[in-house]
Amino acid sequence: MNAPAKQLDADTREISYSEAIREAMGLALERDERVVLMGEDIGVYGGAFQVTGDLVERFGTDRVMDTPISELGGAGVAVGAALTGLRPIFEFQFSDFAALAMEQIVNQAAKMRYMLGGEASVPVVFRMPAGSGTGAAAQHSQSFEAWFGHVPGLKVVQPSTPEDAKGLLLAALEDPDPVVMFEHKLLYKMKGHVPEGWYTTPIGKAAIRRDGKDVTIVASAIMVHRALAAAEKLAEEGIEAEVIDLRSVRPIDRDTIIGSVRKTGKLLCVYEGVRTLGVGAEISAMIAESEAFDYLDAPIQRLGGAEAPIPYNPDLEKAAVPQTPDIEVAARRLARREV
Amino acid sequence: MTDDNRPFAIRNYDPARLRDALRKMYLIRFFEEGAEDSYMRGLIHGTMHLSIGQEASAVASCMGLTDEDKITSTHRGHGHCIAKGAEVRRMFAEFFGKEEGYCHGRGGSMHIADVTRGNLGANGIVGGGLPIAVGAGLTAKRLNTGAVAICFFGDGANNEGAFHEALNMAAIWKLPVVFICENNKYGMSTSTERSTAVKNIAERAVAYAMPGHTVDGNDFSAVAETVEAAIARARAGEGPSLIENLTYRWRGHSKSDRNRYRTKQEIDEWMARDPIQRFRAELIEHGVLDESEAEKVIAEARQEVEAGIEFAKSGTAPRISDLAKYVYAEENA
Ligand SMILES: Cc1ncc(C[n+]2csc(CCOP(=O)(O)OP(=O)(O)O)c2C)c(N)n1
Ligand SMILES: [Mg+2]
Repeated sequence: MNAPAKQLDADTREISYSEAIREAMGLALERDERVVLMGEDIGVYGGAFQVTGDLVERFGTDRVMDTPISELGGAGVAVGAALTGLRPIFEFQFSDFAALAMEQIVNQAAKMRYMLGGEASVPVVFRMPAGSGTGAAAQHSQSFEAWFGHVPGLKVVQPSTPEDAKGLLLAALEDPDPVVMFEHKLLYKMKGHVPEGWYTTPIGKAAIRRDGKDVTIVASAIMVHRALAAAEKLAEEGIEAEVIDLRSVRPIDRDTIIGSVRKTGKLLCVYEGVRTLGVGAEISAMIAESEAFDYLDAPIQRLGGAEAPIPYNPDLEKAAVPQTPDIEVAARRLARREV
Repeated sequence: MTDDNRPFAIRNYDPARLRDALRKMYLIRFFEEGAEDSYMRGLIHGTMHLSIGQEASAVASCMGLTDEDKITSTHRGHGHCIAKGAEVRRMFAEFFGKEEGYCHGRGGSMHIADVTRGNLGANGIVGGGLPIAVGAGLTAKRLNTGAVAICFFGDGANNEGAFHEALNMAAIWKLPVVFICENNKYGMSTSTERSTAVKNIAERAVAYAMPGHTVDGNDFSAVAETVEAAIARARAGEGPSLIENLTYRWRGHSKSDRNRYRTKQEIDEWMARDPIQRFRAELIEHGVLDESEAEKVIAEARQEVEAGIEFAKSGTAPRISDLAKYVYAEENA
């Protein structure tokens, strides 16, 4: 893209996705006494993925709290604290372990405002390292965003860049309702431009990462980068894919997606969660029900995770989720209306 | 009652079993070292949790078990698997992601199991095995099999709700379960002092009206004696027990641990209390074997590990088209 080079120079600092999240938490801890971090091994260990890093040294153990290995209780304490005036950011060591805390997230946090007729607010943030590709097998590699996206009362975000990781976390923190943020483990080391200081990325807003006229690819988290790589390949053949970074699973940005599909007439959804009943199912239905339906000139396509747990064997593991060549093939066929 | 002052193990097990117990302890040690080495060489991917330093707890706890008895294990489960009688070559094959592995390459280190010998599996979820062991106890009781279930878990797991729910149910239904907490002082970076309200985890037995024992987990005889008594109690229909084996993991929590939460001195102190050396010295002292026989045991164990790695290397990779095999029974074929 051709943003004016001068302006960028002033602020071209590149940091990693995990550093961006740490920076957001550091800013929040500095700015707001009510903010506390909670999670397993987030103190001296620095977090299983080194996201909290040195924050305990800067802010002390009263504000960067190691919990016992007690997900249900820990998440519930965060909910209770949020309900009564703190601003907790709760880190699950792996998003898979949120399964142990579903009760507090789904039955309590998500519904509290509604059940109490708007009298209560639960401004808690749950951070979820997610996704496969690390060889950690079936109980440490899942992508649960659709689960949480299914729950009214929760907001669910899924940043794909360092800039958005920081901006969405700060937006989540400012939000008066519970927000679940999925962080892809394979993105933690990815570097990118991140503005200094406090800023927010709007929740519920997708981002068009690449303009194109032939096919719309809606992707999330690491799939955005795979989709962009596939789009570059396709461009060599004269197929111009538009790549939309979903960013928020709940609420979904209808306008951006519908607008793109109206333009291209073709939709491919790419997501890591299990294909059936996943995020792509919702987007497909949304398009099928919308005015964009009339503009479709090929069936909607979905690429998602296999109908299986994530296997340990590295080749099976790769095959279990969409890879760049899979996206390339699917988008090409769609663009050529071979589906 | 005689006044035989020899350690429990020497009094109760014949030399062949004692020798085999020593062999298994070395097998665990060398297996872990072999796995670590293969990981460093890039032959194994993912992560793994090594139980070096905890070998006595695993082997002594399984002395009173048959293949009909069940165990549930943890993320730090290689030792339990070997103690329950698994073949190291099939374990290595699993770590190498091969079809010959115990889980056909689908599970890896964190899900290592040997169901035919009663090892219901390691677990990626801390505390995941606790209620499952209670379920195995329920089966044993309903079907009157006489079997027991041994549930291994770490000190960190005792703060999961599942621990408390499981112990309570095992107690109210008087199920044949032996809960064995391998207290190695830390759950990842968090010491028991920082994570747990009671000093000894065995104290929690009181809340669930079962016997609780804290044992030197690096003392083979002490563990065997305590666990055997709990197994006998369970088999007699008198219900569950909670045993806490105090031990220590020499290595970091997993492959990405920088050991910032403990001192070198502490690690050295515990390494000086090597459970294998201690058991070996005990066997020699009581004339069960001599130095040269001990060296033979070591050589055998080493050889088994080396052969296991070679077996794994030459194993068969799963077919990509079999990705969804084993998700449901009908896809098992
Ligand atoms: C439910 C759950 N929470 C957290 C983790 C991450 N985790 C894996 S092992 C571990 C520490 C477990 O400590 P402990 O039970 O004492 O066993 P040890 O590792 O010391 O053998 C943690 C926090 C997990 N796997 N599952
Ligand atoms: Mg421990």
